[in-house]
Amino acid sequence: MSASRTAAADNVARRRRVDLLATVAVHATVLVAAIPLVLLVSYVTIKGARMISVSFLTDPLPLSARRKSGGIGPAIVGTLLCTALAAAMAIPLGVLGAVYLNEYGKTSRTASALRFLANVLAGVPSIVMGLFVYTVYVLRFQGSGRNAFAGALALACLMLPIIIRSSEEMLRLVPDNLREASMALGASRSRTILTVVLPAALPGITSGAMLAIARAAGETAPVLFTIGYATKANWNPFSGPNTTLSQFIFGNAGQPFPAAVDRAWGAAFTLIVLVLVLTIGSRVVAARFASR
Amino acid sequence: MADLTMQASAPEPSASRSAGSRTPRRVPTRVGIGDRSFRMLALLAGVLVLVILALIVVSTTNQALPAFRHMGLRFFTSSRWAPPEDEYGALSFIYGTAVVSVLALVLAVPVSLGLAVYLSEIAPAKARSAVIYAIDLLAAVPSVVWGLWGFLVLRSPLQDFYQRVSDLLSPLPLVGRLFDGPVSGLSFATAGTILALMITPIITSLSREVMDTVPAAQKEAAWALGSTRWEMIRGAVWPYSRGGIIGAVVLGLGRAMGETIAVALVIGSSGQITARLFAAGDALPSQIANQFNESEGLFRSALIALGVTLFFFTIVVNLGARALIARSSRHVQGVAR
Repeated sequence: MSASRTAAADNVARRRRVDLLATVAVHATVLVAAIPLVLLVSYVTIKGARMISVSFLTDPLPLSARRKSGGIGPAIVGTLLCTALAAAMAIPLGVLGAVYLNEYGKTSRTASALRFLANVLAGVPSIVMGLFVYTVYVLRFQGSGRNAFAGALALACLMLPIIIRSSEEMLRLVPDNLREASMALGASRSRTILTVVLPAALPGITSGAMLAIARAAGETAPVLFTIGYATKANWNPFSGPNTTLSQFIFGNAGQPFPAAVDRAWGAAFTLIVLVLVLTIGSRVVAARFASR
Repeated sequence: MADLTMQASAPEPSASRSAGSRTPRRVPTRVGIGDRSFRMLALLAGVLVLVILALIVVSTTNQALPAFRHMGLRFFTSSRWAPPEDEYGALSFIYGTAVVSVLALVLAVPVSLGLAVYLSEIAPAKARSAVIYAIDLLAAVPSVVWGLWGFLVLRSPLQDFYQRVSDLLSPLPLVGRLFDGPVSGLSFATAGTILALMITPIITSLSREVMDTVPAAQKEAAWALGSTRWEMIRGAVWPYSRGGIIGAVVLGLGRAMGETIAVALVIGSSGQITARLFAAGDALPSQIANQFNESEGLFRSALIALGVTLFFFTIVVNLGARALIARSSRHVQGVAR
């Protein structure tokens, strides 16, 4: 009797020990994930923030990586230009596609097929998007096809499925009461969507779009073969080569000259700030949406 | 749907009110031209996805054909990649992609599952939202910044670390070969480590979503039987979410395979097939990124052929993941009803 009681107590103690061990292990994984993030962000901040000055952010790229002078102005211009153009193409099309899926197609065979294809497109590696735009656009214009628009096309292909998926999710959250109320007042389907459904889902769609923009702004692979390289700021997206921050960092990371490496850190800091502002902004928008 | 219900129900109240004295007024049901064109526009935007996918397949395959024709099946079976001699065997890059992605999974899966368990079962509300925020930031860091950090900062401490691990483990039978020297700071192992950091957020957030769908009743039943928290997780949460978690892991694998720039910076760019994890290697996407702008003619075609190969590999892996997730969610719904 007493032997079995101690055996049971031993068993409970053993189970508690296993539970404690598992709890400790789970907490350890949080640390394992947090340490690299903290290290990376602090490294980029320490190495990059000291580079930041008005002239660094606006000066043309150095003509040779060896030079001490020179800034990243044209790369900032290129990043903003490409990302904005890509957003201008992908967001309206993506939201429209989501409207089809959630408001018209729903569970029809066409809609399910398109939803499936959007998932497939979302899985296409970003470098393949770059090769794709190279083959359909850059090659067509013999030598003059590398410009900000080509880069924007590749980024837009990357953003499109992300925006379709996030927007559809947000449209699904709009209660059917709203649609029925609008249609009961005699509004047509399209009018209901444009004046009732989309405004109701707008904060959520905005939040998803900002995340997609943040992803596109940091991408290197799609612009690597499509945008060319420019040392002076080029505001014309359709003519002449351009440069993005990400591409500039990639090109300078392996340079043996300390000045080039410093510029890469400065560009990395600028890029991370840009991307983090967009990401945190999207969280804020989403939180406001949820609290309403 | 709403159209139909309006048609069906609208005449009814007016009919009862006028008590059959006259036929009920018909609600106009014809869809206007504006409505139809808007629907068409939305459909076209949706179909764009199909158009883009079709164009990707056709245009890249078309440009890759000269290389595929030149090499035939040897493109996939030879590991000799010598552009000056027009020899393009992709096997060492395919091997590198496989090694690096599997290594990334081995490192990322335990951490991601731990994080997911922490977030869905253990964390207090405040810590939970802080950790979710941190994971979002981890996901937001651009690939090229990971690469820059790995290349400039991690390389030499990792090389020392690899040397110590190699000294310790390479005498072991069988697994020792994995850790044989000479070691390099830019290697399969470094690329796998950076990739692991990059895919941890996606595996974590998808697994957490699956774990959050476990019905409270299942967990409470486990508690009521006197389970410890760990036994509850193993007995109630895990069996229920296993399928979805496997899907999330495979999706992470797809992401790791296609990741380009970070790998291009830290893998060491030397295509070789070796069991040594601490040796420099190369992968499909990084080879394309590093060589494309210096290539022309058949060489460029061969690089595009690497892209086509990568495209089909990632598509297969992603479809597999989606199928697993779909099957598991159907199964979960079936249980819940």
